[in-house]
Amino acid sequence: MGRGIGSRELGIGTAKAEAEAGDQVVFEERVLATPDSQLPIPGSIAAYLKTHETKPLLRFITCGSVDDGKSTLIGRLLYESKRLFDDQLSALEADSRRHGTQGERIDYALLLDGLAAEREQGITIDVAYRYFDTDRRKYIVADCPGHEQYTRNMATGASTADVAVVLVDARKGLLTQTHRHSYIISLLGIGQVVLAVNKMDLVDYDQSVFERIVADYKALAAQLGIANVQAIPLSALEGQNLSTRSSAMPWYAGPGLLEHLDTVELGTHDAASGLRLPVQWVNRPNQDFRGFAGTIAAGEVRVGDEVVVLPSARRSTVKQVLGPDGPLSVAATGQAVTLTLADEVDVSRGDVIAAAGDPPEVADQFAAHVLWMDDAALLPGRPYWLQIGSRTVAASISEIKHRIDVNTQERLAAKRLELNEVGYCNLSLDEPVAFAPYAQNRVLGGFILIDRQTNATVAAGTLDFALRRAGNVHWQHLDVDKAARARIKGQQPKVLWFTGLSGAGKSTVANQVEKRLHAQGVHTFLLDGDNVRHGLNRDLGFTDEDRVENIRRVAEVARLMADAGLVVLVSFISPFRAERQMARERFDAGEFIEVFVDVPLAVAEARDVKGLYRKARAGQIPNFTGIDSPYEAPENPELHLRADTDSVPAMVEQVLQALR
Amino acid sequence: MTATVTLSHLDRLEAESIHILRDVAAAFDNPVLLYSVGKDSSVLLHLLMKAFAPGVPPIPLLHVDTRWKFREMIAFRDRRVAETGTELRVHINPDGIARDIGPISYGPSVHTDVMKTQGLKQALDKWKFDAAIGGARRDEEKSRAKERVFSFRNDRHRWDPKNQRPELWNLYNARIHQGESVRVFPLSNWTELDIWLYIYREKIPVVPLYLAAERPVVERDGSLIMVDDERLPLQPGEVPQLRKVRFRTLGCYPLTGAIESEADTLEKIIAEMLVSTSSERQGRLIDHDQSASMEKKKLEGYF
Repeated sequence: MGRGIGSRELGIGTAKAEAEAGDQVVFEERVLATPDSQLPIPGSIAAYLKTHETKPLLRFITCGSVDDGKSTLIGRLLYESKRLFDDQLSALEADSRRHGTQGERIDYALLLDGLAAEREQGITIDVAYRYFDTDRRKYIVADCPGHEQYTRNMATGASTADVAVVLVDARKGLLTQTHRHSYIISLLGIGQVVLAVNKMDLVDYDQSVFERIVADYKALAAQLGIANVQAIPLSALEGQNLSTRSSAMPWYAGPGLLEHLDTVELGTHDAASGLRLPVQWVNRPNQDFRGFAGTIAAGEVRVGDEVVVLPSARRSTVKQVLGPDGPLSVAATGQAVTLTLADEVDVSRGDVIAAAGDPPEVADQFAAHVLWMDDAALLPGRPYWLQIGSRTVAASISEIKHRIDVNTQERLAAKRLELNEVGYCNLSLDEPVAFAPYAQNRVLGGFILIDRQTNATVAAGTLDFALRRAGNVHWQHLDVDKAARARIKGQQPKVLWFTGLSGAGKSTVANQVEKRLHAQGVHTFLLDGDNVRHGLNRDLGFTDEDRVENIRRVAEVARLMADAGLVVLVSFISPFRAERQMARERFDAGEFIEVFVDVPLAVAEARDVKGLYRKARAGQIPNFTGIDSPYEAPENPELHLRADTDSVPAMVEQVLQALR
Repeated sequence: MTATVTLSHLDRLEAESIHILRDVAAAFDNPVLLYSVGKDSSVLLHLLMKAFAPGVPPIPLLHVDTRWKFREMIAFRDRRVAETGTELRVHINPDGIARDIGPISYGPSVHTDVMKTQGLKQALDKWKFDAAIGGARRDEEKSRAKERVFSFRNDRHRWDPKNQRPELWNLYNARIHQGESVRVFPLSNWTELDIWLYIYREKIPVVPLYLAAERPVVERDGSLIMVDDERLPLQPGEVPQLRKVRFRTLGCYPLTGAIESEADTLEKIIAEMLVSTSSERQGRLIDHDQSASMEKKKLEGYF
């Protein structure tokens, strides 16, 4: 990069000459003419700055299947646009000799594959971002990996792109990854697609091959709702139809790739609307200043505008609009600003300041598309962190309505989503948020899910619509509350949550504890895993997703009982940390006591009171905890009982002690 | 969308960087900004002031000093900290001082590893910083071109380039466990040209070493090394010559080569850059050993 002015003089002729020079690219030909002839005089730098600054920016991705030539295409584009420095070129020459796959020729892909593992394996693992410009536009190009296992990295690159260049190998036509990537392009709302039919040199620049692939792709695009497709036949390796129109394909009258990118219309992704400002940071340098900082996601803001803070719905007027250089009279979408308001209203990070006359909807239940990006499957009911705008809330998928086969767009039934699968889901948030459908606004409609144990980013999603407006479902106010119900019983509600392997002794201990409490006049109830599975949870099996739902239901029942003022004993294997955490969060501080009934697997198996381990080992019970389904031991239980060394009465005593 | 406000390319880069800085301040308990005194750090500091105006930035600066910075850099650093009212912490690896490690006595690799990489990790551990903001750009180098804006590090400060967190839109995942950290790169999408154009537009002070002036240099293996003080041992027959030179990049002084240049103003630097045929990292002697050397250093905890 960095030769905006120089490139103009150099033009495209030299690139062509090189392409035609054949195998040996002659670097001397592209050495710049005498610097003096191009050195802009200092006075013109201000003018240059002006043109450079106001050039529109276009972000695009290259995607497609492995070996379709994505990295080569960008490498060649950078090379032809003169954005490579001499030291980079000599490094490229040396690398081509060492790792190249092009024999004596330059391997342009090596410009992009920047990780050692990528160079060794000759594949692209993660997105590479490159920067170049032409006289008309500035470009950020993201080279996306083609392997299915790296789909999440492709989605990372695609989420910020205006245009997607989908490469197809002329010899192979549309492949699985062409379908997959095109699906993600449509999911993420990239409105402009370039179908780059590459390696035309290997099919003798045959027009009929090109036409056939174009017809196939047009059918796919129509199915996916991708409106704008420009098809270009090219050869990245030979530099045909990149920065110059190809002489080898006189039958093609359309633009070369760079010409198309330079002229393609840049629409805005988002619909027009009133102000939406997700608040990132509350700026309180002193008593007299309270500013709300964030980047405007939609609309404009002026001093004096009436605004509403969501979800609290408090209203005020804008007192000041501060931009990066101080007070402004007006600020618009994309600007990082700080607002002050005329009234003392409570605003925190995650709130949205919006135009009072045109506010966004607020809701906590949504229909949404979810792209799952983690090795561990998505399980309905399991809580995750959801990030949207500057807001983070707990959320779970309440139902997977269907999974979408990205190859055929077929809707399939699914109980879970595995890595790289897309599902259409019902999404339930713990608190309402201001939002917009993704198709109307990317900031207010795009979200990620984060695993609460590993902190990994496990999903990306797009909101479609609200299932119900949060405002319409109210909590019924009840005069007799939990405290009143507990008072009449003369006790504090508690939940004793016994977890551990099958056969650890959970039910035995819980049963004895309940007997002792009952004798003391304490109102109790024991929820036992086996018993509940005969009734309330009769419809659930032992798969991971059913185990999650099993615990969700029993946690809700336990909460109702605690609300009734009872001391609840829950005796469930409850093998997953995430669900025990979910259960814990349903109760007030100090109310939930996690009792880990700990016994080595070998001991439990040796006891085998119900004969279940024997059956499981014989393969008669699938998904048995400890055998072929994991048990995640508590990290910080309130009570840790050693069931292999301590006697039952001793353990009962410890539990009663913890209750006092 | 009505077009009452048109944002230029630099305005957009500025807004994106400010957004990232504000997210760091809000999402982390104890963030720090790595201030290395160079041009990218100058731009970062400028953006930091803008992001939190009219307040003072809630994020302190950290300089991992190697004791081999140009004298002008240290003077400039102290002046800028005083002018901006920011908080500066300085760390020098005490093991390096004890063993008197330097680029000449131990060679560039050991010096860089001990004084920069190990020094940085010590400083992050010492003050328990959970986020460290750096000025690296994706256009600098191939492994940087692959890095996320929020780049996760495990509790041993290691980067796992094969398993980075997906990063969609401008939603940055700041969640970590105790002892883990995130390196944050607000200038990811800036190019070297953008940096200079922004410095020019915003009149941001930079170390004078970036501007051409008569300086005493010796020529070694094709690089011009400035004789900044008496610590550079001269080889037999070497006599420092006064030549008009400047630096495109600033590191430790015997490891950073100067280029001959007439560009003694910002305008001339930009003009010179527009016709330059070599990348800025060419002046960094430490990157030349092998193509994957930057990735290797980054894996070990280097910025």
